[in-house]
Amino acid sequence: MYHLQHRLLTRHFSFTKLFLQFVSFFSLVGLFGLFTIASPVFAKEEIIVYSARNEQLIKPLFDAYTKETGTQIKFITDKEGPLLERLKAEGEQTPADLLITVDAGNLWRAAQDGLLKPITSKVLQENIPAHLRDPENRWFGLSVRARTIVYNTKKVRPSDLSTYEDLGNPKWKGRLCLRTSKSVYNKSLVAMMIHEHGEAKTEQMVKSWVNNLATDVFADDVQVMQAVAAGQCDVGIVNTYYFGRLMAKQPGLPLALFWPDQKNSGVHVNISGAGVTRYAKHEPAAIQFLEWLSSEKAQNLFADSNMEYPVNPKIPPDPRVAAWGSFKQNLINVSKAGELQGEAVKLMDRAGYR
Amino acid sequence: MRPDALKLPFERSGLSSLVRRACPDRWHLATLLLAGLVLAPLGVVLFSIFSETNDVWLHFVHTTLITLITNTLWLLLGVACGTTFVGVSLAWLIAAYDFPGRRWLDWALMLPLSLPPYVVAFVSIGLLDFTGPIQTQLRSWLGADQVWFPRIRSTGGVVFVMTLTLYPYVYMLARNAFLTQGRRAIEASQSLGQSRFQGFFKVALPMARPWIAGGLALVLMETLADFGTVSIFNYDTFTTAIYKAWFGLFSLSAAAQLASLLVLIVFIVLFIEQRSRSHQRFSQAGRSHVADRIPLGGVRGWMAFVYTFLVFCIAFLIPVGQLSIWAARVFGQDFDSRYLSFFSHSVFLGGTAALLACGCALILVSASRLKNDLLTRISVRLATLGYALPGSVLAVGIFIPLVWTDKQIIGWMKNFFGIEIGFLFSGTLFAMLLGYLIRFLAVAHGAVDSAVNRITPSLDETARSLGISGIPLLRKVYLPMLRGGLLTAALLVFVDVMKEMPITLMTRPFGWDTLSVRIFEMTSEGEWERAALPAMALVLTGFLPVILLSRYSGKGN
Repeated sequence: MYHLQHRLLTRHFSFTKLFLQFVSFFSLVGLFGLFTIASPVFAKEEIIVYSARNEQLIKPLFDAYTKETGTQIKFITDKEGPLLERLKAEGEQTPADLLITVDAGNLWRAAQDGLLKPITSKVLQENIPAHLRDPENRWFGLSVRARTIVYNTKKVRPSDLSTYEDLGNPKWKGRLCLRTSKSVYNKSLVAMMIHEHGEAKTEQMVKSWVNNLATDVFADDVQVMQAVAAGQCDVGIVNTYYFGRLMAKQPGLPLALFWPDQKNSGVHVNISGAGVTRYAKHEPAAIQFLEWLSSEKAQNLFADSNMEYPVNPKIPPDPRVAAWGSFKQNLINVSKAGELQGEAVKLMDRAGYR
Repeated sequence: MRPDALKLPFERSGLSSLVRRACPDRWHLATLLLAGLVLAPLGVVLFSIFSETNDVWLHFVHTTLITLITNTLWLLLGVACGTTFVGVSLAWLIAAYDFPGRRWLDWALMLPLSLPPYVVAFVSIGLLDFTGPIQTQLRSWLGADQVWFPRIRSTGGVVFVMTLTLYPYVYMLARNAFLTQGRRAIEASQSLGQSRFQGFFKVALPMARPWIAGGLALVLMETLADFGTVSIFNYDTFTTAIYKAWFGLFSLSAAAQLASLLVLIVFIVLFIEQRSRSHQRFSQAGRSHVADRIPLGGVRGWMAFVYTFLVFCIAFLIPVGQLSIWAARVFGQDFDSRYLSFFSHSVFLGGTAALLACGCALILVSASRLKNDLLTRISVRLATLGYALPGSVLAVGIFIPLVWTDKQIIGWMKNFFGIEIGFLFSGTLFAMLLGYLIRFLAVAHGAVDSAVNRITPSLDETARSLGISGIPLLRKVYLPMLRGGLLTAALLVFVDVMKEMPITLMTRPFGWDTLSVRIFEMTSEGEWERAALPAMALVLTGFLPVILLSRYSGKGN
């Protein structure tokens, strides 16, 4: 009791000061934050990009463009899903001029939700093959990646392999490794297959894949390749650029790529691409940038930095990529990957493909 | 309300007391405001249940719902048991005994907090899976193609990793409890003829229950909301299903239905936690004389050291060691002058959010102490729900009302003043800090609330009898006693904000990249080894606050 009285009456409290400092500091921060306006409406020559393609892959491109033309490029990176939600929420007031993503399905979705604007550009139509851009000109592929078969060179001969469907053959029982069905690349692969072969046949195929799995599905392609190299399984399905990256780091691995379906419709491909947003504030500048991205110099930067294939067929790929050989690619328009993505996800759930 | 006769003179005038009773008082307003801030994103997400009707929900029911429920429940159970066992045992050893290495292990055991859990997940899988160094070495020694080894990519594996990353919550809070009253409890029970062992289980442990329950509630909410760790293990829980429904099947309503089930589980967890301490009082009367630690000599001392050091090794040293190796490999290629800005952004955001969250937690705790009515209790509970929603879901949920508010302001400015302005809130630091507050208020509140339970009600009454109530009461009496709790809260929020990813990604202004954004850029394209560099920077940044905290919070009075 005395203790408490003594304390109350005599001690000089610094907590009041601390509290006041905290309040004033926070108000300053709040004011500072309030006046950091995200983007002015009337701006100097600049473009604002929302990108699901990572910063280290796009920044060199942006820097090169700024150096060449003087246009500033501001950008935000995020995962595709939240990025689309953000564009939807912002609506007319969105500061974004361009949307860049790493999968055709996402671009289809953005177009479907009315977030992208159709543009007419002869340059883009000339440089980009028809199956790698939107039939309604709302988005355009800028680089190509193939999702193909990787195998252990010590255990498998190329003559053992033929098609994606063949991986469900009982001879591969306990020898197949796959990435999770939650990966957007697998969703697109299965979606394209649904378009080509129909739902029933595709579900049968996916079920047979699941039967052949050597172990639980992996979270990413690199783990799939490491498992194939270590002998946990003999074959897998991966994106070509992951293969390229891994082999660049560890050249001694007993891995090689195989191009399936060469006698039928060809290897499944996907795009990383972009579209101009519906309420873009700098539309001419954005279109100009897109056209530049499909030109030779940019194509080299865009594709080579990640070991992808340039979308412009006149431009040769990086020598390391060309070394994997040429292949027949599936010519179905990649927009089908988005259109049938919902069906693909449900089909994989039904087939037990986690 | 006290009868008029007992009121002090200045409180007795009729009209002012009537006015005071009629208007909502400032404590109610404050707690309602905070609860409202959290309810807005929650409401946005949950109301989407009605946005469209389709068969996505049915699809989930027919395929994976049962698996989701059982997986989630097993995960919760496993992590609850694991963190309680590890956290409480470590806290007791450190608080009550003295053994070789105790001094530095005291703060070292909190260091795993600075590791993002998905980083630990990736390191563990990288080390312990079939293709990892350990199994590869085993296979080469035994010359076999397949050697039996516990599977890391399994329920047990996820529980293991999440226990290692989350035990510090329980450890910190239980340690505070045991430090301030555990030893005296043992002394008291020993004086009544019980052994130390019995004393622990019958007296010290039950008295520490609100702290442990508080820490456990945080652990369980973080487990439920976790997406990074479970997706690396490819373990299907409610959170991964919400992501699949929303971003894979583009069905907002199905995602909202799953989210509402998640929130239901959270309510149940919190209800159980509340019930477990509702009938007891955990404060102690009398002056707190801190008893000496019991020295553990010889074999027992070394056993204690081995156990604590082993946990520290597995939870911190080994992951950090692996990260350092990877970081060293990419250092030359990736480290550049921008790291200074990443670091300063992370620290600024963490520090500011910590101050903000602690201040608001103090408001909540004071309100519940001063006005213990139903409205306050409900508001306080609601204000702490932000922690339970998965990160990206909450990020979108915060973004939508914020942008809506912005658009209203823009429209208003245009109509009334003819001025065109861009977004005022979204895409600014205000939005980020608001997002962090909504998400981490629960963490700060948990720590401060547990500390406040220690203050006896008789202290309130004593102070009132001296004419002090309301804010002066808080300032002069509570704040000094809550110092330990506040520091714990500040550290937890600081480290959590630095590790946080979805809200940061979504709400950051252009060019405001932080260390966690850097980790995202690398990991989203599978470049885990490059992500080790910003991860190490994160760990090193968390080092100093942890050491500071353990030095000041242990004194708890």
